[in-house]
Amino acid sequence: MEKTVNQKAWFLVLPVLLLVAFSAVIPLMTVVNYSVQDTFGNNVFFWAGLEWFTEVLESDRMWAALGRQLVFSGIILAIELPLGIFVALNMPKKGFWASVCLVLMALPLLIPWNVVGTIWQIFGRVDIGLLGHTLDAFGIDYNYTQGFIAAWATVIVMDVWHWTSLVALLAYAGLQSIPDAYYQAAKIDQASRWKVFRYIELPKMQGVLMIAILLRFMDSFMIYTEPFVVTGGGPGNSTTFLSIDLVKMALGQFDLGPAAASRSCTSW
Amino acid sequence: MSWMAWTVPTAIFFAVIACLLVTFTILAIRSPETPRVGVLRIETTRGDRLFITLLGSAFINLAWLGLVSAPQWGALIVCLIYAAAVFRWV
Repeated sequence: MEKTVNQKAWFLVLPVLLLVAFSAVIPLMTVVNYSVQDTFGNNVFFWAGLEWFTEVLESDRMWAALGRQLVFSGIILAIELPLGIFVALNMPKKGFWASVCLVLMALPLLIPWNVVGTIWQIFGRVDIGLLGHTLDAFGIDYNYTQGFIAAWATVIVMDVWHWTSLVALLAYAGLQSIPDAYYQAAKIDQASRWKVFRYIELPKMQGVLMIAILLRFMDSFMIYTEPFVVTGGGPGNSTTFLSIDLVKMALGQFDLGPAAASRSCTSW
Repeated sequence: MSWMAWTVPTAIFFAVIACLLVTFTILAIRSPETPRVGVLRIETTRGDRLFITLLGSAFINLAWLGLVSAPQWGALIVCLIYAAAVFRWV
């Protein structure tokens, strides 16, 4: 008997296609169009060719923002990944407390970016914030609006607070899917805790950890709201990451061409 | 459409990519293939190789613009060689 071919299910994909077209594809095409032109507003454009791309490639500002961005993403990955795995390993495997832990871990993920920024902005203030006030009481000079190290520490700790849960939850899901037989075999072989982790848990978590790394890398690469709310990219330009720099360029200076060119370069 | 600030070169650019996508879709329907493992040690299909080609071409063009002081169409030639290499060995 011949199989019936029915491809009508493809129509169910249409809404997603439309959504992606309007939220990503068309804006991205517009950005590419902007990147080869100049404008002074009123939707009047002048051909600029590859001028902006040359300018961006030679611009210290763009390379500096890209450098800061890479350092930031590197640091948060280096903290969040081991920390997330550590948390997941220490979470109860089943029972009442497992559910409590899961809910607690999910809480930071539910808070919108700008609220996270506002929480940490107030938390870190020396006059009214618990963190800032406590550090000040210990005699530590902490002021994220003036000190480069304080600003970076705040932004990094904030990101770690916000997103380690995601890594932990993913790692926890990976751990839960390991059958008991593996642990029993390890016990019979008298494998140490480290060996169980190194040869059973880590390889079994590889898939979810890869997803965690990709998600955190991409998300951190486009971070905007939190540093914008807390430091506004300062002090100076020290926490001006790619997105903040981009918005400054595109909306602050209305340099749509260079902004589009730099985004076209970095978004690859 | 005027708000999208279209230009002839960018329109051609996107039209070429759209044509490539359509061509590869038709190819995939007409002659389905099994993925293969190439020099990158990952499984790739024709579509994957097209993606790797386009992604690499963007970097080749940027590198050409930044490092080589020759007309930009030179980068296109490098890209075509790169594309042939990707489709042959990746």
